Amino acid sequence: MQQFINVTLTGLTEGMVYAAFALALVLIWRSTRIVNFAQGSMAAATAFIALALIQAGWSYWAALVVALVSGFVMGAVIERVVVRRVEGGPELNAVIVTLGLFVAIQAGIAIVFGSSFQSFPTPFGLQGFQVGDNRIAFTPTSLYVIGAVLVTMGLLVALFRFTRVGLAMRASAFGQEVARLLGVRVGRMLTLGWGLAAVVGSLAGLLIAGGEFIYPAYMDSLIVFGFVAAVLGGLDSPIGAVVGGLILGLALSYVSGYVPRGSALVNVSALVILMVVLLVRPGGLFASSTARRA
Amino acid sequence: MTDARTHGSTAVTTTGGTATAPALLEIEGLTSSYGPVRALDGVSLSAEAGRITAVLGANGAGKTTLLRTVSGLVRCSAGRVTLGGEDITSAPVEAMVGKGMAHVPEGRGVIAELTVDENLRVGSLFRGKVGREEFDRVYDLFPRIAERRDQPAHVLSGGERQMLVIGRALIAKPRILLLDEPSLGLAPRIVAQIFGLLRHLVDTEGLSVLLVEQNARSALSVADVGVVLNLGRVVVTDSARTLMGDEDLRHAYLGF
Ligand SMILES: Nc1ncnc2c1ncn2[C@@H]1O[C@H](COP(=O)(O)OP(=O)(O)O)[C@@H](O)[C@H]1O
Ligand SMILES: [Mg+2]
Repeated sequence: MQQFINVTLTGLTEGMVYAAFALALVLIWRSTRIVNFAQGSMAAATAFIALALIQAGWSYWAALVVALVSGFVMGAVIERVVVRRVEGGPELNAVIVTLGLFVAIQAGIAIVFGSSFQSFPTPFGLQGFQVGDNRIAFTPTSLYVIGAVLVTMGLLVALFRFTRVGLAMRASAFGQEVARLLGVRVGRMLTLGWGLAAVVGSLAGLLIAGGEFIYPAYMDSLIVFGFVAAVLGGLDSPIGAVVGGLILGLALSYVSGYVPRGSALVNVSALVILMVVLLVRPGGLFASSTARRA
Repeated sequence: MTDARTHGSTAVTTTGGTATAPALLEIEGLTSSYGPVRALDGVSLSAEAGRITAVLGANGAGKTTLLRTVSGLVRCSAGRVTLGGEDITSAPVEAMVGKGMAHVPEGRGVIAELTVDENLRVGSLFRGKVGREEFDRVYDLFPRIAERRDQPAHVLSGGERQMLVIGRALIAKPRILLLDEPSLGLAPRIVAQIFGLLRHLVDTEGLSVLLVEQNARSALSVADVGVVLNLGRVVVTDSARTLMGDEDLRHAYLGF
């Protein structure tokens, strides 16, 4: 029983990070129909910026804010300067561009910050909470991770639901031409969308780094998990991405907790889940009534 | 082509020549192409304020291209468009609604992922804060969409979608409304209802409409002026009543 609780709690915490990362992919997909393979590298770059600041004596929180802001700037600049040229064109061009960015940014990180493993701090403890006589695998850091992702999601919902700019962003994503005819500056909204998605992706990267070692490629597995979670949720649906992230987090945690030598099977399991979903429900678990456009 | 006909003596609008006050929307010599395909070939027409001007023609005549070129979605290679005297030929698409032109594109352009009310609100975004009473006015005009204001727009029927996009354009408070085949796929009763409402808005609120239609009979029954387009050229411009009565022309270009 105790193991089940521990494995579940670990799965939920990791699932929240996958959910955030998947959400970032979905935000970009639904506005520009591009899978941003560079998202992991972009997030890693912001984590290295944060680490450099922390090593220079900044507080964790100040470094976090600067990292998220630089994530926004990076996302916005990449959309405006690079991605804009392939938007609406052949899908393969966009794939190649974001794959190219993925490699280029990772190489850039290695050049600027080096490629050794560096330990990334967390503002909260890594000791499990005491419940009765037992210490559970749920730490103050886990609580921080879950809280940070929930707050971010709440803010995004509020932005999209209740603000004019949120409505303009959704109109630009779903009805680009009509939005332009109605005076919405669609280009700006797409830039803003990439910036916001990069913030969410960076947050996921910073959260998963807490208490761990980072290196230029440390986000590579998260891009796989985030993509699987996003596809699980249908790639178009923010709620689907969140649920997909949680399901994947739990599933992978059970594999690594219960299957003999399961921790070696985690990556493979993610891909198996991806294949099964694509075969059985290609539209994702939450395929909506409106058909997928791509 | 020598099949261009003129009905000089009965012409209501002047597409050049006599010195009347310029019309609200003036289109002069508009030419645009898709690669080698020239879809518009020197089209001139004008839409007067407080009138419904219908542009008619068969499938492929260039009607959609005309509206898309006027609103900047397609760039022209020659010609000029002025709205209220201001040259808008090369104004960006996003600026058109602010200048008083609302273009409802072919296929209606309902944003299916948004609710009915959100669709309407998109039409008001560029104006800043818009009072609730303006939305209520649109809902009064179209009670059928009022009932569904909080539902996702993909549940609407074709007629309701058309009402929604016209309402969304009206929220933008345009001087001129550009409609691309609003009757397409709708039951005649719904078409009559929508056209009747347009007529009412034109007569009572001074709205102006440039209506593009393949359904010439319905369009001429509501329009003041008709412009017949064929293969990217204006064939004839005349009062709707005269065009209705011209059997040869109807057979040749309007299919009824
Ligand atoms: N996107 C496009 N690419 C190439 N040719 C087009 C395109 N849109 C329209 N055309 C061509 O331009 C001509 C006019 O089309 P269109 O303006 O859609 O006519 P209508 O709206 O009167 O049916 C047609 O010959 C059509 O095949
Ligand atoms: Mg057309």
